[in-house]
Amino acid sequence: MLAYVIRRLLYAIPILIGVNLLTFALFFVVNTPDDMARMQLGVKRVTPDAIQKWKAERGYDKPLVWNAAAAGTAAVTDTIFFSKSVRMFAADFGRADDGRDIAREIATRMGPSLAIAVPTFVLGLFVAIAFALLLVFFRATTLDFTGVVLCVAMMSISGLFYIIGGQWLVSKVWHLAPISGYSGGLDAGKFLILPVIIGVIGGIGSSPRWYRTIFLEEITRDYVRTARAKGLPERVVLFRHVLRNALIPILTGVVVVIPTLFMGSLLTESFFGIPGLGSYTIDAINAQDFAVVRSMVFIGSVLYIVGLLLTDISYTLADPRVRLQ
Amino acid sequence: MSFQVVFLWSDVLLFVLIAAIVALILWARRQDALRAAWGRVARDGMAMAAATVLAAFVIIGLLDSLHYRPRLDARPGEPVRYAVEVHSALDALLSDLRQRSEKTYSAPLATHLFAKEALENSTQREFPRLKHGGTHLGADLANHEFDIALRVSRGCAGGVALWLLLTTLWCRLKGLELLAVLAAMKPGADLKVGAGDTAIGAEKNVATGAVFVTLLAILLLLGIAVALGGGYHVFGTDKVGQDVLYLSLKSIRTGLLIGTLTTLVMLPLAVLLGILAGYVGGWVDDVIQYLYTTLSSIPGVLLIAAAVLMMQVIIDTHPDWFATSAERADARLLALCLILGMTSWTGVARLLRGETLKLRELEFVQAAQAFGVGRFAIMRRHILPNLMHIVLIALVMDFSGLVLAEAVLSYVGVGVDPTTISFGTMINTARMELAREPMVWWSLAAAFTFMFALVLAANLFADAVRDAFDPRSSA
Repeated sequence: MLAYVIRRLLYAIPILIGVNLLTFALFFVVNTPDDMARMQLGVKRVTPDAIQKWKAERGYDKPLVWNAAAAGTAAVTDTIFFSKSVRMFAADFGRADDGRDIAREIATRMGPSLAIAVPTFVLGLFVAIAFALLLVFFRATTLDFTGVVLCVAMMSISGLFYIIGGQWLVSKVWHLAPISGYSGGLDAGKFLILPVIIGVIGGIGSSPRWYRTIFLEEITRDYVRTARAKGLPERVVLFRHVLRNALIPILTGVVVVIPTLFMGSLLTESFFGIPGLGSYTIDAINAQDFAVVRSMVFIGSVLYIVGLLLTDISYTLADPRVRLQ
Repeated sequence: MSFQVVFLWSDVLLFVLIAAIVALILWARRQDALRAAWGRVARDGMAMAAATVLAAFVIIGLLDSLHYRPRLDARPGEPVRYAVEVHSALDALLSDLRQRSEKTYSAPLATHLFAKEALENSTQREFPRLKHGGTHLGADLANHEFDIALRVSRGCAGGVALWLLLTTLWCRLKGLELLAVLAAMKPGADLKVGAGDTAIGAEKNVATGAVFVTLLAILLLLGIAVALGGGYHVFGTDKVGQDVLYLSLKSIRTGLLIGTLTTLVMLPLAVLLGILAGYVGGWVDDVIQYLYTTLSSIPGVLLIAAAVLMMQVIIDTHPDWFATSAERADARLLALCLILGMTSWTGVARLLRGETLKLRELEFVQAAQAFGVGRFAIMRRHILPNLMHIVLIALVMDFSGLVLAEAVLSYVGVGVDPTTISFGTMINTARMELAREPMVWWSLAAAFTFMFALVLAANLFADAVRDAFDPRSSA
């Protein structure tokens, strides 16, 4: 098991290098730093001096990959590629355009992001599985049919609608929760409740239908017939036998998401004014702060790879027959 | 009035796509297996109703893809010049809606502006009358509601008349009885209408009734919209006084383009790499797997955001590439499709690779190998046709997700050009106004309603197609 984890981690290295090269190519080769400077400074203020200053402020005035002017190892290290891309492996993301340290900013913004994402994820998963089991329990009845139709309809509604509609109904008409905002400590609860509920409702559309299919596939198996034949009530069959056996396909889609919860949700955080990583990313995109976007891309892929690894490990926990070699 | 026809890149691609679909339909008619599968879709009432709605959207989108630049009035002797604005056939049809703009917000079917203004010769602030909405009423505002009711009933009557005309014509053509077709809709009713005569026998399995009923609903809405739209702003006006109905209809093309072109640009790559990885194996497989694992390990939104930011830099630093702003917006739309496609081909490639691995071991492929058929011939002739159902399912399943994604991306700021009319830009501009008191809800409601109709129809149709083509789910 440990050997497997180590080997998987080693596999992750070339992928991360690939991501790193890709972001480097996207941000520095497709457009030269001069182009970026011209775009950010605007047409009026572009002078060669201004471009030089803009580049020097961000450390973009070095050669791309090979510094012929420097001696020794500095020829490699004193370049944009090394200082901006390679150093990300050491969690050194540099500074944002407003001069703040990106790594530090990420560390402080992780808390609020998790405060929203974790309850939404846990509750959402619970509701989705419960709903799917309900549909399977009443399979081939009007309730099942209505539930499936409801899922398709809810899936067809834009996520923006849930947020805007929820804010309007709950906060503006019913005055039950603040429209947006955030505070630390226990006070956070009243700010969190609305985004969490909206997140759960917004997720109902897609996953229960998928889980229902998995359960229905599982329910035709022999062991289910055996369980029924020995007189177990349908409730027990579903919860103890079907649910546990259906866990593997469910885990595949679910566990991989867990690490990326750190990244927060772009939409929810920006609509509810929560100072998490999601709103940080959106602000960076709107301000065209390339350094922050680059760092978030890298962190996102690291977390995704961790998620894949966790998925494999979770298989062994769900099904002892699965051996990782 | 003369004009100069303009072909935007997206128009060309859209028409190529339509031509490809028509060719595919003609080809599929001759294939028994495909005919059987599509026959299953055609027998599904829900699917056919959804297809009718989709067809209505597609017609609007196609009308909106015939672009031209009207000629400017010139004195004799001057060289001929064309307007900078690019219009479409839909714009020409809706020129009333497009040109009758108000000053700012007005509620649906309103006769007065939404904001108070100081009137001339008066110290009081009043709601001024609209320039176009309800002007035919004159000073007699007591008639407002009666006029609306009258127009609605006239619109309904027109819609029903048009429906009767179309359906009777169709039935006459096919030798069917309209009432019999509709009676066959009843649950449990056997589709064998009449004494099993041949004409009905050929058509009995197609859910014609569902199509007719959906068509009636669409034509009713159309009739009401036309009748009301003649004198009012049916969905009100937005901040700069543009008719919201017009904006919603223009958004359809953007949604359709993003939903279809994205999958189209990614398909050749996904199919090629998926089959190569699965069939050739070895280092080719390793490289391709590495490629898509790397791409898919970057969270989609972030990769799209990064790529769109970079594309913006390119477009902004090369203003000389584009003759009109419409061309620039169009280039940006296409680039967005390309970027969305690049980030989403990985899933399809993975599926195709897995399926190819399975197919490679089957007898017919091994027989072909034994006969000495070349690798690429096997991939093209034996593997590819057996993967087409996956490709088709991916195409229809992705559509609705992409339409929804456009709205989110436009909100994030990495969507279509702000001058392109789309559901995303509509929602984005309307969102700010929810805080007003009283609320400006109509642009949001219109955008969400149109989007919901489009996506729901696409989802229902996609489900039917998947059920018909996926051998696993039909069991």
